[in-house]
Order: sequence, then structure tokens, then C-alpha cells
Amino acid sequence: MESNEKVLIKGNYAIAQAAVNAGLQCYFGYPITPQTEIGEYLSGVMPELGKAYVCAESELAAINMVLGAVSTGVRAMTTSSSCAVALMQEALSYACGDELPVVLVNVMRAGPGLGYIYPAQGDYNQSVYGGGNGDYKIIVLAPSTVQECIDYTYRAFYLAQKYRNPVILLADGLLGQMMEPASFGENPYPEVDVSSWALTGAKSREGRAIYSVGPDEKKQIQHIYNLFEKFELIKKNETSYEEFNIEDADIILTAFGSMTRNIKAAMTVLRDKGLKVGCFRPVTLSPFPYERISNLAKLGKKFVVVEMNMGQMFKDVRYAVNGKSEVSLINRPCGEWLSVEEIVSAVENIYKKGACYATSI
Amino acid sequence: MQQVFSIPKCMKKDFRYTFCPGCDHGVAVRLVAELIDEMELQEKAICSTCVGCSVFLYNFLDIDCVEAPHGRACASATGVKRAQPDKFVFTYQGDGDFASIGLAESMHSALRGENFSAICINNTTYGMTGGQMGPTSLMGQKTTTSPNGRNADYYGYPIKIAEQIALCDGTAFSARVSLDTIPNMVKAKQAIKKAFEVQQKGLGFGFVEILSSCPTNWKMTPEEAHKRVREEMIPVFPLGVFKDITASGGNK
Repeated sequence: MESNEKVLIKGNYAIAQAAVNAGLQCYFGYPITPQTEIGEYLSGVMPELGKAYVCAESELAAINMVLGAVSTGVRAMTTSSSCAVALMQEALSYACGDELPVVLVNVMRAGPGLGYIYPAQGDYNQSVYGGGNGDYKIIVLAPSTVQECIDYTYRAFYLAQKYRNPVILLADGLLGQMMEPASFGENPYPEVDVSSWALTGAKSREGRAIYSVGPDEKKQIQHIYNLFEKFELIKKNETSYEEFNIEDADIILTAFGSMTRNIKAAMTVLRDKGLKVGCFRPVTLSPFPYERISNLAKLGKKFVVVEMNMGQMFKDVRYAVNGKSEVSLINRPCGEWLSVEEIVSAVENIYKKGACYATSI
Repeated sequence: MQQVFSIPKCMKKDFRYTFCPGCDHGVAVRLVAELIDEMELQEKAICSTCVGCSVFLYNFLDIDCVEAPHGRACASATGVKRAQPDKFVFTYQGDGDFASIGLAESMHSALRGENFSAICINNTTYGMTGGQMGPTSLMGQKTTTSPNGRNADYYGYPIKIAEQIALCDGTAFSARVSLDTIPNMVKAKQAIKKAFEVQQKGLGFGFVEILSSCPTNWKMTPEEAHKRVREEMIPVFPLGVFKDITASGGNK
């Protein structure tokens, strides 16, 4: 499926097929709602293409299979959801330390704990800040449409290999289960040369070791500085966001992932009512567009963060704004997506009463 | 003068073992290295290393190695082999790594018949952390976390790894060997060779459990430690081949 023709497709299937188009060589996974269709789809496609598909015994095993596979230079991924992604945090820390291009898709469900399969955005912290040990940073891409599920899957595989850093595609149950028209086009990114580090056997060269720690303290310290220097480069090159009607806006609605859809609609309604409202939407949650938000705040523009969690991205926006203007939060922990009407009425209240630090609905 | 003994070609020229004096790890690594040379595997070998006493294996062997988190060497090796079916893939793990924290990954690799080889050193303790009770600690064994000795009521029983792996349908070869005597070392090398050969032939999971001494944590001389292997370990962990699908008559 590689054409510009529009197809009506579910987010989970779109991610799966986009991964195949991006050159997925191995898939390792364990079922969990609401992302199971990705594994089901690939279980049919991968063997037909002569590529590897393994029903892993656990998410722990699945992500470590990815670590092994990508260490040889091929493209591999696993997909999962919230509470099971929690099991993968150790391996993500290793992947950063080992500089392995892991691709992980998280189709979020509600937590904490087992929670339920309601849509939610409660894994912002888990993705951006991580649950693994040590100092590390992951690239996090948050799609808001099925088309972006395809586009960002292509980008995820490219960025992972380009920077030798894990990438999380952070979708949610709404996107995974929703059908929308989208086209696959062609993977727009070039091949990445992995020959300088990939494990392919010590033929005509010395043996290579991929590891994160050693008893040489100076080397270890330098390794972490190097990782962070690399992430500065990622920040410089890859930080991306979208903004709408920012120029004259005095309030900027801010959301990530599929909540972006509703803030855009709410903006239109509020504009119709004569209120100068704009939208800002980080595409990369990590690296986060701190600088852009900070510059907008310095112009006096107020921010209203809308998210399906208890205010996780909210604190990053506040950090970026740094007291230069006001930041409010409109949120619900999980379940029914905040509706356009709810957002409109909450924003009107903020206009009347000023900043509100938690407008949980 | 004729040289009759040398460091295997696939070992790094400047390597220094980080194992304790008298530990059998050094012998086990050497046997693996000799076989990599003899079977001409150096150029196609990829090792998934473990966490434990052998964590620095990549400093000894001049082959490609990838570090796996504790217990995940078999999952990592699965990924390597599925991505590179033509390479020679193996794990080198301790009993804590293979049979405690990583038991699920190890056993499911065997059940899936993953086509790589796994070596597991059984020294009845967690060596690197200073001698705690492990999955293979013997009944009555005193460790830093079973100070009054292992008893069934309080701690349960040790696992017999080679027998368990032999029960998995995807296993092509499973054996237990020891390094306490020269003849046993010779047999150990034969078993590792077999575990490597079944992979070369694409027959499935090849496994060798190696009984090893740990003089430091057992608080014994190397000689006493080998005596313990013979007198206390082998009666509980009998040596032998528990499964070999290449043997006459099939599964043994």
C-alpha cells in the first residue's frame, strides 16, 4: 500500500502498514487493547514478506527483542499501551545508553494501574520523562490524525536511526480505533547508513560491543555528556509544532495528540464569538518547543492547556512561560474526550474570571 | 620451539579477566573461544551478554556483542537471530540471569525453538553481588541472604535448569556439564560444540548448563570448591545430556 490514493483506514492499521513501508524488518509484540490490531495486521503481512514476526511472551521480552534486532542495523519495533509500556521503561533506558534506534508505539489507555481502555493522555510524563533509570531523553512524536499516524511512523524510523536514539510514537485509543481517510504516499525519508556501528559479525574488522556502562568513570561521564550533546542537536534540528491564528491571539489553546482536533474546533467557535483565540500544538513532545512558547508568552499571550490527564503537559507549558504570562488548565483524567462545547465554555469562563489553574471537567 | 598452548585467536590480545581467582568462568569462556576458533565462527558471531560476573565478556572476546538488561539475554538474542538468521548467535549467562529474573525469556526462547545457543553458568549463588541465595542454591546452603541455610519451608527448592529446558519441544539440545576435572572439561567442550552445531544446522534451541565453582563466595580454596561441585552439586544436578534430537533414536 504505497500510493497517494486516499483510503479509509483505522489508526492502528495505518501505523502497522506505515511501519512496513518504512522498512520494518522485525516486529515483536504482546497483545493489549487498544493497540492489538497493529500486531494482528502485521502477523499476516510480515511472514508473507519473509520478515520476522514474534508473539513475545511479555512486553519485557518484546522490547528486548527489539533491542537485539536493531543492534544489527535493521528496523524493528514493538507496539503496546500504557500499563504495558510501563514494563518497557528499563529497556528504554538501556536503548538510550546503548544508543539503539528502538521504535515504540504507545496507543494510550487510562491509568494508573490496569485502568481501563478509555481514551486518555496520561502517558505524557511516562513518555517524555520516562520511568527508566539514569539521565536520558527519548524523542516523542504525538500524532493527532490517522494521516499523521502514517507520517510520524515514517519519521519515527528515520529519526531513531539518524540519531541512534529511541523514538516513541504517542497515540491514544481514540486515534488507534478511529477510521479516517488517509494516504500512505511514499516514505519521504532517506535510508540511514548504519554500517559504522551495526553488529554484523567481526569480518575484516575488530569485534564491536554495544553497551552503556563500564568501570571507567571518566568514560562513563563523557558518555552521558555526549548523549546530552546529541539531544541538543535533536532539539535544534527536530523540535516541531503547529500554530494557528497566533498573531493576534490573546489566548492560545494548547494541546497534544488527538485533543488538538477539539482545540482547533473550539478556536473556530470562539473566534466566531469575537474572541481572539489561537492554537498551539507541539508535534514533538520531546524535544518540547519551550523556546517558542516562551517567546509567545513574552508577547503577553495567555495559554490554556487542554489535555486528558491531570495536567502533565500543563507543567511544561508553565515552565516555558515562566511567569511571563498566565497559564490555565482544562482537563479530565480519562474517558469521554473534552468536547468542543466544554472547551468553549471553559475558555469563556477564563475570559471572565482570569487564569484558572485547574478547570477539571 | 613448538608452541602447544596459546590464547584463542578470537580472544582480545590485551584482555584481562575480571573473574576472581579460581573461578570456573575463565575456563568456560576459554572453551567457548576455542570453539569459535575451531568452528570458524568469529566473523559471524554475535553474543548477547548478560548482567552478572560475565558482564564484561565483550572485553575478553573479539567478537560483536550487545548488552542485554539483566535476564533479557535470550530475548535480545531472539531479536538478533530473527534479524540476522545467517549469523551465529549465542548468550553467555549466569544462573540468576538465565533461570531467575530471565526464566520466562529463557524458557520461551526454548519453547519457540529459537535457533541460537545459550550457555548458563550455575554456581549456586549470585556471585557479582557477593554471594546471595539464587535459584540454584542447594538445600542447606548458607548464603548472605540465607544465613541459616536454605530450607524448603522458608525458601523453596533449587531449579534444575537443563532438565527444564529439555522439556521444551523447541529445544534441540540440552546438557549439564562440569569443569571440576580435566575429563569433565573435555566433555563440557563437546557439549558446547553440540549446542553450537544444532544452531548451525538450524535445528532449534541449544543449551548447556555449566556447573561452576565460586571459591570467593563459597569461602573455599579453588580445590575445596571443586570438591564441593563434585560432592554436593553433581548429586543434585546430575551431569549428562537431557535432550539431543540429533542422537540416534531422536529425542534422548
